[in-house]
Amino acid sequence: MNIHEYQAKEILRRFGVPVPRGRVATTPEEAYAAAKEIGFPCVVKAQIHAGGRGKGGGVKVAKKAEEARELARKMIGMNLVTHQTGPEGKQVKRVLVEQGCAIKSELYLGVVLDTALSRPSVVACAEGGVEIEEVAKRSPEKIIRESIDPAVGLLPFQVRRVAYRLGLPQEKVKLLLPLLQGLVKAYMDCDCTLVEINPLVLTGDGGILALDAKMNFDDNALPRQPEIAALRDTDEEDPKELEASKYSLSYIALNGNIGCMVNGAGLAMATMDIIKLFGGEPANFLDVGGGADRERVAHAFRILLADERVHGVLVNIFGGIMKCDIIAEGIVDAAAKIGVKVPLVVRLEGTNVEKGKKILSESHLAIISADTMAEAAEKVVAAAKKSGSRTS
Amino acid sequence: MAVLVNKDTRVLTQGITGATGQFHTRACKEYGTQMVAGVTPSKGGTTFEGIPIFNTVDEAVSSTGANTSVIYVPPSFAADAILEAVDAGIELVVCITEGIPIIDMVRVKRVLKDNTARLVGPNCPGIITPGQCKIGIMPGHIHHPGSIGVVSRSGTLTYEAVDQLTRLGMGQSTCIGIGGDPVRGLGFIDVLKLFNEDSDTHVVVMIGEIGGSSEEEAALWIKANMRKPVVGFIVGQTAPSGKRMGHAGAIIAGGKGTAQDKIDALKNAGVHLAPSPALIGQTTREVMN
Repeated sequence: MNIHEYQAKEILRRFGVPVPRGRVATTPEEAYAAAKEIGFPCVVKAQIHAGGRGKGGGVKVAKKAEEARELARKMIGMNLVTHQTGPEGKQVKRVLVEQGCAIKSELYLGVVLDTALSRPSVVACAEGGVEIEEVAKRSPEKIIRESIDPAVGLLPFQVRRVAYRLGLPQEKVKLLLPLLQGLVKAYMDCDCTLVEINPLVLTGDGGILALDAKMNFDDNALPRQPEIAALRDTDEEDPKELEASKYSLSYIALNGNIGCMVNGAGLAMATMDIIKLFGGEPANFLDVGGGADRERVAHAFRILLADERVHGVLVNIFGGIMKCDIIAEGIVDAAAKIGVKVPLVVRLEGTNVEKGKKILSESHLAIISADTMAEAAEKVVAAAKKSGSRTS
Repeated sequence: MAVLVNKDTRVLTQGITGATGQFHTRACKEYGTQMVAGVTPSKGGTTFEGIPIFNTVDEAVSSTGANTSVIYVPPSFAADAILEAVDAGIELVVCITEGIPIIDMVRVKRVLKDNTARLVGPNCPGIITPGQCKIGIMPGHIHHPGSIGVVSRSGTLTYEAVDQLTRLGMGQSTCIGIGGDPVRGLGFIDVLKLFNEDSDTHVVVMIGEIGGSSEEEAALWIKANMRKPVVGFIVGQTAPSGKRMGHAGAIIAGGKGTAQDKIDALKNAGVHLAPSPALIGQTTREVMN
């Protein structure tokens, strides 16, 4: 789960990370009031779940309250396109009005999960304000890493090591201790997958500030993080994905015209891959899960069929926990309620497969059956082509 | 010989009284696995279809000599269940549960560092030595004893691969699902080492996914150490970046963890890559000939 910059800054502030003074505004008038309170120069920043906002025109300086109001008027409601949003961009619903500051230098500071060590790691770099992946590619030696032992946390000597390797002046070395330990505590206490301050700036008046902040959270931990879960901005999510998550379905929208319903994430990805191999384009990723009941399966089917671009549906089920007869009942239920107007290819295998096939054949639904994945992919691609050319 | 589990393995089920625990304990017992005990706090003293249930793993172990545990406990309690099993001296813990918070697993791994216990999973289908011992949720009937070792991050895609192998007459020595989470117990290298040393295993099938770098690390190990042929398949070649594709560990982040990087690394290590998920069996057949 992602959150906005202003939300991340509020959380980090509570953990002892110095952040600029700022207020959120959802209207130009609120931005005017916020700017008057914050003082000048101030910065008006569009709040969307994506980076690269500056280059896209979503970060601007204001020297007067009237300017802040005008900038907010332009930004709020704007469709902001950055290199991270995709060409369709994201709608700006609010801005953060923040104190300006004189920047002496910019650093990068983050906490990420190091999967090779199975531990969180601090990642730091003296080159801030740019894409860290760029730096990692061209100058990997500039990337500083400190692994965090969960038994003892990030130790002060590790913070000192980071500070000296960053080349921080002596008086800043001491400032880094509460900041970095606070950052790590935020990561652990809030069940984050990523915390990133880019840039962390050394200011003209001798201070240190998180000029931008990003926090991603472990979806698995949200049930035990209700305050974090409450920060979710559903406006930033694909409506189909949102709908699917209501029914505990793992769904991701793609760009193609062949809907897929599969049990298991690996097999679901494989189904997307094989559709492409046979010349088709998957419309989605959908893992209906191991413990899905009849109703959940019916919801999955309904969401797939509601996508107008879908010219064919492939159901690929290999039953382990998932029982083929449950899937079959769900398909028959959904088809009865909605009506299936596109070709439907079903491939069942595994637990209770004979029961499942029987339910489907006795339902009198127009189902194209397949025994193998390859056969299923070939059939659905061909059927979708025919169906697509009929409706266009 | 097979790897890690065989007909002598004595298995207890943590979470035996839940619907999933019941269903799969029954199925594993029917397969022939020695299901000797169950653990559900507060249900000690009762039984499930003749299997004695205990309040703690400790009691279950001292009463029945169980040496392996399979966990069907909900995500908020599963890390604790793993650690309870490890503390009770269980040698092999198989955690099926999906949805365990990542930081919980970071702590579990910290404990495992100083312990000889092995963990398979979490978020995995389990482990099976066909004809001898099935621990987990995989459909037993598609497996057949043989000489192919299978290791995979996926669940149902593994069944697909195993089914292809069985239909082509190639049975399996042991199949291990290492799971779809980013922080896990045994990894690819751990399992490849076991297969490398196992006299029953002649060829290994390795199924990876986008996300993380474990396949790339495994490729380096394979190049330096593996004495047997490896057939590989990497799923998620059509996955968009930045999105978690179901599995917590299946995400392309910051340009890292792409399917292509993994495919290139494995090719470089001499792994035979299946061109399609439908051709994993066929590719293995070609390698064996």
